[in-house]
Amino acid sequence: MDVRTPVGALALGLLALAGGLQLAGYDAVSALAALWQGAAGSWYALTSATLVRAVPLIVIGLGIALAFRGGALNIGAEGQFYAGAIAATWVGLHVANRPAVVAVSSLLLAATLAGTAWVLIPVWLKLRFGVLEVISTLLLNFVAESLVSLMVQGPLQESQHIYPQSDPIAEAARLPLVPGTRLHAGLALALIGAAGLWYVFARTLWGFRLRAVGAGARAAEISGRIDARRMGAVALLLSGALAGLAGGIEVSGVSYALFQNLSPGYGFTAIAVALLARLHPAGVVATGVLFGALEAGAGAMQRDAGVPAVAVYVVEAVVILVVLLAEAASRRRTTTRAFA
Amino acid sequence: MSALGLAALAPAADVLLGGFVAAAVRVATPLLLAAIGETITERAGVINLGLEGMMLAGALAATMGASAVGPWTGVALAIVAGMVLAAAFAAVTIGARADQIIAGTALTLGAVGLTGTIYRQAFGTGGAGLALPTLQPLAIPGLARIPVLGPALFEQPAPTYIALAALPLAWWVLFRTRAGLAIRATGEGAVNARAAGLRTGLVRTVATIVGGGFAGFAGATLVLAQVGTFAERMTAGRGYVAIAIVVLGRWHPAGVVVAALLFGAATALQYLFQSLGLAVPYQLFLMLPYVLTLLALAGAVGRVRAPADLGKG
Repeated sequence: MDVRTPVGALALGLLALAGGLQLAGYDAVSALAALWQGAAGSWYALTSATLVRAVPLIVIGLGIALAFRGGALNIGAEGQFYAGAIAATWVGLHVANRPAVVAVSSLLLAATLAGTAWVLIPVWLKLRFGVLEVISTLLLNFVAESLVSLMVQGPLQESQHIYPQSDPIAEAARLPLVPGTRLHAGLALALIGAAGLWYVFARTLWGFRLRAVGAGARAAEISGRIDARRMGAVALLLSGALAGLAGGIEVSGVSYALFQNLSPGYGFTAIAVALLARLHPAGVVATGVLFGALEAGAGAMQRDAGVPAVAVYVVEAVVILVVLLAEAASRRRTTTRAFA
Repeated sequence: MSALGLAALAPAADVLLGGFVAAAVRVATPLLLAAIGETITERAGVINLGLEGMMLAGALAATMGASAVGPWTGVALAIVAGMVLAAAFAAVTIGARADQIIAGTALTLGAVGLTGTIYRQAFGTGGAGLALPTLQPLAIPGLARIPVLGPALFEQPAPTYIALAALPLAWWVLFRTRAGLAIRATGEGAVNARAAGLRTGLVRTVATIVGGGFAGFAGATLVLAQVGTFAERMTAGRGYVAIAIVVLGRWHPAGVVVAALLFGAATALQYLFQSLGLAVPYQLFLMLPYVLTLLALAGAVGRVRAPADLGKG
């Protein structure tokens, strides 16, 4: 599949949105104009809206690509993100007197460890009891959301004890910003992560083994003497670590505090991001920016054209389905040729 | 405590227990409906993560049908909405043989967008409000008069009875009819089933659409027998929970009803403890159903196996 497929899919998705909005009685042209303005209409929109939203999608998406490549279906990134955000907030509130380098790195480390710890439960349940990780990671999302609620009304509640949110984290624990924008250094981390993952997939033995397990666990075990269970477990742990890191970056670079609904479903959208990128790290960056732009534009569309922001999910769904269908069709063509 | 105090407590305990059981059954009903449908779908080898989206579509269709005509029109529209989405899911996954997990995720995403937009357009920013005609509890003569449990179990809205009637029906179809044999054969090994002359694509499509109808009905139940109105993303993960219930219920109607009631009871515990006035953070009770489901899965899985061809195109 080349880039024409996703681009064509995006065009179809936007067309479907415009058609639907026109049918529903909205002004489709002004809605799409607002979408564009909000996503890429200005330097500020591009950096402070689109890229800021793209960062968590890329970081989580990389983790999901890693897990899926190894055949482990981690649907629990939302929960791991929240686990990371809780740990990050806790550290961020306690490092006021530390140098910024120490404060930020301990915050991000804590977030990464928390994300890993959260996914350790499904890993253990899978290895010990054979519980499918699709189900266990999914169920733990709900537990994590309640845990955030418990934290912001309990141990991490702001000092006035009125609002369900934490106090702002220490200045020292905040990621540096690009001057004049709200874009933070998390983008650099995301890009480094993507480059690192590309290297692991393409150039290391471990990456090869991981892909072998994902392509066929039984074959990898027999012909490659690879411990598929162990590879799957490690892939899950690493994907949890990345989702946790994304939660830490969000607290340290964007929200500076913990509250409910900190994530507008990043953990779920990132699954679509990773899948649309066909689990390729460079693709994750591209689709992450694309979906970040769509969600940034969605907000503007609701503000300026009165179109509900959720309408943009229709575009995302159409994009995924069209790419999926194109892929399935090309697979069928190759199979037919092979038999001919 | 004085004798008078104890005497005053006795009826209160009855009321609490009755309320607890009634709430457990009420919470379990939509999950049970969706899980019965998903059991049939998964037995044919299709895992439908679009279930959440189909429930949501059913919830909105029910709201629109009920506000325009009446609650049963709402139910009918909801079933149709679920089946239409399921047919789209079947076309993509069975017709074009695309990945089921991805297609299901995309479908749910699209349903969130569509329902949110249509709802805003149909009812404005004010929403449908609480003036919706709903499905009232129906007391079953005689049984409803059993002390404590009677009102809890036999004074429920009609969908609960329909779900309970659908259970043995689903069991009978799956395990005692040729259609059920075709479904299970397809789910256990589509290649062999095809070699034996079964049209596996058709079997899977029908099983998926039936599952979508149940999911739509489940969404209608949520609106018309529980909440009383629609809200964006109101299913809040219940579709995914229904899939967990199918696994927990070991792909068997009898197991599914136990799993759904367990989840309902765990959810209802929070109402019970709230009315007892215990000083425990309510969030712990919000977590409880999910934690219990995980524990139950750890205890139950391992002795049971998923349909062999589940999720394979």
